[in-house]
Amino acid sequence: MTSLTEDTRRSAEAYGESAASRKSFFTDTSICIGCKACEVACKEWNRNPQDGSLEVLGSSYDNTGGLGANTWRHVAFVEQNSQRIEEARESGRKLVNLGMPGVGPPQSSGPAADGAKSSTAPPDTAEFRWLMSSDVCKHCTHAGCLDVCPTGALFRTEYGTVKVQEDICNGCGTCVAGCPFGVIERRDEGIIRAKVDRAQSKYAQEIPNEGTANKCTFCYDRLVDGQTPACAQTCPTTSIKFGDHEDMVDQARRRVAELREQGMTEARLYGANPNDGVGGTGSVFLLLDEPEVYGLPPDPRVATKDLPRMYKRTALAAVGMIAAVGASFALGGRR
Amino acid sequence: MAECHPVGFQWVTEAKARGARIIHVDPRFTRTSAVADRHIALRAGSDIVLLGALINYVLSNDLWFEEYVRAYTNAATLVSEDYRDAEDLNGLFSGYNPEDGTYDMTSWAYQAAGGDEKVGEPGEDAEGDVAEPEGLGQGGPALSHAEVARDETLQDPRCVFQVLKRHYARYTPEMVEKTCGISAEDFAYLAESVTQNSGRERTTAFAYAVGWTQHAQGAQFIRTAAILQLLLGNMGRPGGGIIALRGHATIQGSTDIPTLFNLLPGYLPMPEAGQHNTLSDYIGTIYSEGQKGFWANADAYTISLLKAWWGDAATEDNDFAFSYLPRLTGPHGTYQTVERMLRDEIDGYFLLGQNPAVGSANGKMQRMGMSHLKWLVVRDFSLIESATWWKDGPEIETGELRTEDIETEVFFLPAANHTEKAGSFTQTQRLVQWRHQAVTPPDDAQSELQFIYELGKRVRERLAGSQDWRDRPLLDLTWDYPTDEHGEPDAEAVLAEINGYYVSGEKQGQPLSSFTEMRPDGSTAGGCWIYTGIYADGVNQAARRKPGHQQDATAAEWAWAWPANRRLLYNRASADPQGKPWSERKKYVWWDAEQKRWTGKDVPDFPVDLAPDSRPDPEASGVEALAGDDPFIMQSDGKGWLFAPQGVVDGPLPTHYEPPESPLSNPLYGQQSNPSRVLFPREDNLLAASSSAPGAEVYPYVFTTYRLTEHHTAGGMSRFLPYLSELQPEMFCEVSPEFAEEVGLEPYGWATIISPRSAIEARVFITERMTSLTIGGRRVHQVGLPYHWGTGKEALVEGDAANDLLGLSLDPNVQIQGSKAAQCAVRPGRRPRGRQLLELVEDLRRQAGLTVETGNQRLTVPWTTTPQDHPSEEES
Repeated sequence: MTSLTEDTRRSAEAYGESAASRKSFFTDTSICIGCKACEVACKEWNRNPQDGSLEVLGSSYDNTGGLGANTWRHVAFVEQNSQRIEEARESGRKLVNLGMPGVGPPQSSGPAADGAKSSTAPPDTAEFRWLMSSDVCKHCTHAGCLDVCPTGALFRTEYGTVKVQEDICNGCGTCVAGCPFGVIERRDEGIIRAKVDRAQSKYAQEIPNEGTANKCTFCYDRLVDGQTPACAQTCPTTSIKFGDHEDMVDQARRRVAELREQGMTEARLYGANPNDGVGGTGSVFLLLDEPEVYGLPPDPRVATKDLPRMYKRTALAAVGMIAAVGASFALGGRR
Repeated sequence: MAECHPVGFQWVTEAKARGARIIHVDPRFTRTSAVADRHIALRAGSDIVLLGALINYVLSNDLWFEEYVRAYTNAATLVSEDYRDAEDLNGLFSGYNPEDGTYDMTSWAYQAAGGDEKVGEPGEDAEGDVAEPEGLGQGGPALSHAEVARDETLQDPRCVFQVLKRHYARYTPEMVEKTCGISAEDFAYLAESVTQNSGRERTTAFAYAVGWTQHAQGAQFIRTAAILQLLLGNMGRPGGGIIALRGHATIQGSTDIPTLFNLLPGYLPMPEAGQHNTLSDYIGTIYSEGQKGFWANADAYTISLLKAWWGDAATEDNDFAFSYLPRLTGPHGTYQTVERMLRDEIDGYFLLGQNPAVGSANGKMQRMGMSHLKWLVVRDFSLIESATWWKDGPEIETGELRTEDIETEVFFLPAANHTEKAGSFTQTQRLVQWRHQAVTPPDDAQSELQFIYELGKRVRERLAGSQDWRDRPLLDLTWDYPTDEHGEPDAEAVLAEINGYYVSGEKQGQPLSSFTEMRPDGSTAGGCWIYTGIYADGVNQAARRKPGHQQDATAAEWAWAWPANRRLLYNRASADPQGKPWSERKKYVWWDAEQKRWTGKDVPDFPVDLAPDSRPDPEASGVEALAGDDPFIMQSDGKGWLFAPQGVVDGPLPTHYEPPESPLSNPLYGQQSNPSRVLFPREDNLLAASSSAPGAEVYPYVFTTYRLTEHHTAGGMSRFLPYLSELQPEMFCEVSPEFAEEVGLEPYGWATIISPRSAIEARVFITERMTSLTIGGRRVHQVGLPYHWGTGKEALVEGDAANDLLGLSLDPNVQIQGSKAAQCAVRPGRRPRGRQLLELVEDLRRQAGLTVETGNQRLTVPWTTTPQDHPSEEES
């Protein structure tokens, strides 16, 4: 599909010789340990203000709630019993039957322990599990936020990522509604001042870019220096991987195949399908349950997806209307 | 490990990706459990039953690594006829002294070869020597000689192997089920996993942290794992071992060059008043003529240390200034020191990066103790609770302390953090990694190095010209380091001193390259013998950073590991007795017959030219007495100790005792708790009654304390930072759904947790991550409490301190407190404020009828030396 306002090919061409290969994240939640180092490294690097009210949120070990103007990496914690695990396994099994991309024999099983062939029998269902997953801006192939931005503050970088230019953003907030994932948010008083009194003390932080839209920059300022984004750099278990888009998708497909080979049919990819409603994402995830469980929309569609069709129909309607009006004049003239 | 050591957990993740099976044993389901192959919940404090049952499983199913055990351990060594096991004496060992709870270890001794004589401690008198908890260095205590009686068939009932078999015969899967709450199926999974993954081709590692150490018998928990690993042949081999995960950065370093009262650098013991009047008295207790191994050179290590500290003032004529060293008059641990504060025997106290008002057990005792000081110096990044208890601590709220009555003068000095100063971190693998200064400290903040150096200079200025003999140790110190323009001493100069150098002779002034170059004649100096080589050739070896992908898996050129840049200790054991690798897969260090040298992927931990078939001259001692198949070169007989004839003060074999506060009676012995634990029978340290004792029902639930990834220990480095505080903003408790229903707790509501010491409030996390266990036919509920919060107005987030709930009973070997298993009551809702809080705590104490004797009686069986009747005694 094509979006109305951005032609991704032309975006890339616009960089000419300075265009780079598209960069992406692959977040493998099966090895995430929920340490939240990504959240902290992100805030440290980007100087984002502290979020939240400094009170327990009531959501397992998650106390920052979700992605927003200040939290650009967010770790979800999901506690599940055996029944829910079975359901996840079953729903994943159906995905295979539907011919989900990327499922097949592993191309490389890695340096597996000699003599210890991975078992094909499904592992026993545990009585309990605790899912952890680090969410981030998806850097969509067709980015709703970028499409609807009236000022051009949001742009496609030479790395194929999507970034806000905070000095151009006028804070209109149109992008907030344009994001199918609920990622981008405006940093303003409503968000940052609603804190307990203590946060107004000496620990109160300077708030940069107040009033503008904010989201993950894919550490653009690090990419231009050949550095890895802060979250991927700090992740101790390599749950967050960073690299060229094709490599990331490829690694994700191999990993999901490997897990399924081990009987973990609950493993599935999110964002790796270029035919989905946003044309695939620049942040690919390996999940162990349905996306909703992690707070991700199951079938994201860019808000502008239908615009061309709508405009076509509108144009058709307009032409029809003009024709009708013209006809009525013509007819009227005969009378 | 993922919860508290997320960075180190990357290697576990990698191992798992390569096919390793990860099993997590913990009372709570943590972030480690989330990615482990299986989580096994157990009752806090029951670990010796589990590990003992694994030992029993290995022995009774003949799964031990026979060739390894026969050659490398003391399995064949005979134990004295006088020895009586805990199995014979209902939970006690022979030699117990009911007066003071200590053991006389004489009867645990090995039997000497060719006679009935015992192999004792050097220099002991006819009555034997009483176990001195504070008197031992590391690496195994001294034996008077290594000529021990052995039975190579392992059949003699008095050989260690048979003693071990009998000792653990009753540690069965059934016992595990009714003591730990672990199902037979889970136990079988664990036992099969561990044993199938051990042997010639494979090795298994155990990783632990303070979940094992912080018990009234913590050292014995680790000993149990050590026995198991020796039986399975997992010591001294790649992928094996027992990995101690430290409490925070460079805890390993702070025992190597210790902040502990009972050690000098390099695990040399601190001398004791009255016992070690001369250098030879002192050296004589570390080793003796006839014993094997590298401790035989303790005189060279000690004299080099004295030369490093006192330079020219240390001469042969004055015993190398040995008399300048302080002497111990008893255990001077944290908690004994606090007791002395409360008796007004301590004037001043330095807190360097420590927050005992929040981080130490029985927090009230800590804070009350500090209120008795004349002065207190707190060096930290922020105004931690230990610096502000006098104005906003819990005792101010209850009225127990009034600010205007406190006479303690509190000094707060800002400290530089690790990016603001150069120095080293030593991690658990003994890897010393250099840290360069990135930025200069802000404002008045200083490094510890600069602070201590300045303090020393100023004290010496004050004392200059003094003729008083007691000032000589300070005035004679070598105290001169180059400094930069900010007055910061050059940390590398300190490293060079630690490494050591030639004091005289041809190479005068040159750095030593190995501790084998140290001499007992004053011609060498060195601040910590095990670190010698870290500055070899005048190069800071700890600062080496050759990336892993540019070298082999041993990565010998990344930083520097003590001793001698050796990455794996006792690695002689990675080859068989003939010097050949046990398997190609686990090949590590081996004997090169052509070159007549030990070689391999690491620095061999063995005399490099000592052939595997070499047998020592019977008259030899020290390093020369080692046989070619004695891999445990720091042990006085060259063997791994399944049975510890000396050195572990509360028993030669780990034995299960219930925690000092426990919901059940010891199912194995009449003796309820560790009879040698250190007690504090005081009104401010009342203990709950255990099991069926009257009053036990008042505190029916087990609680255990722990950490979260998001915070650092007592919060000094996390609760003052917004990015960390927001991640875990409030104190909480974790309970099972079943328990929540029983007590009436609401999700994310409040609970009040009450122990005989105090009561705290916490938000309630009801989660299946906490499981209630069925133990001995009854349900045992465990309450999980992170200990990061404290009461004070300076931090970004505050909360009640879990450590206020803990009572004191210490491990007698290392003086650590038990923080992992204690008893409490739980009520829904927030706690009362002010005086009413004290009344609530007092109410429950009264209901339970607690006195200072409750839980503080050592013996629950009569002490007798004759064998006791026992449930099942049949020996195989």
